[in-house]
Amino acid sequence: MASTIRVRATANGDTTEVQALIQHPMDSGYVKDAQGQIIPPHFIQQLIFECAGKNVFVADWGTAVSKDPYVKFAFKGGNKGDDLKVSWTDNKGQSDTLTAKIA
Amino acid sequence: MTDTQFSPTRRLILKGCGVIALAGLGVLRFGAMPAFAAANDKWPEEAFKQKAEADAIKALYGKTAEVSDKVKLDAPEIAENGAVVPISVTTTLTDVTSISFLVADNPSALAASYIIPAGTVPAVANRIKMAKTSNVTAIIEAGGKLYSASKEVKVTVGGCGG
Repeated sequence: MASTIRVRATANGDTTEVQALIQHPMDSGYVKDAQGQIIPPHFIQQLIFECAGKNVFVADWGTAVSKDPYVKFAFKGGNKGDDLKVSWTDNKGQSDTLTAKIA
Repeated sequence: MTDTQFSPTRRLILKGCGVIALAGLGVLRFGAMPAFAAANDKWPEEAFKQKAEADAIKALYGKTAEVSDKVKLDAPEIAENGAVVPISVTTTLTDVTSISFLVADNPSALAASYIIPAGTVPAVANRIKMAKTSNVTAIIEAGGKLYSASKEVKVTVGGCGG
């Protein structure tokens, strides 16, 4: 059941600070494995944060984002206890979604 | 980056939209659809395919950026491990709609692009890969204009090797 997404959202006054860590190989397509075979690109293309039915942050990522990506941002309008929905999709069509409560 | 990774239907839809958006311009390069890319949730495939920094900026926004001291780019002087380079940007500019990070000497210059809806603080921190010592550029789109800041980051061990 372990989700690939770990997110912490903290309301501080009128802004909510969000830190997210996602488990993903983020293979660039340039790296070779031990057998000398190129590891095909496998990376998250889009990561969306939604609060109260509205996108508060959209990340478009390329292969140059590090493995197990981390991102930090802040937005206004979130309240303690609100749901923050986080979802990603990668170039192979895989995806994951997690809904966290703002603390 | 191989095209086969993307479903043909999606490509068709993207291309179709690009053509419509650009019908008046007579340019059929769907990469040059900045307003469309910024206003929508579609992944800007064409911009991520560009190798050179200037081409990627053009494909993403369709305009050029001016250097501004209002864009504060925070990057290390020296990155020991090019696979994980912490980069963050903040700005005093208002009406920010988008923030992008580019690494000039990476195989594809565009690393990440963020859409900043109204109400979201124009500051992002993330970690990117760098193939070698290069200039890192942050682009901020505010009020329809592009502002940038660059910094050279020395890389001891590249993040694309193997």
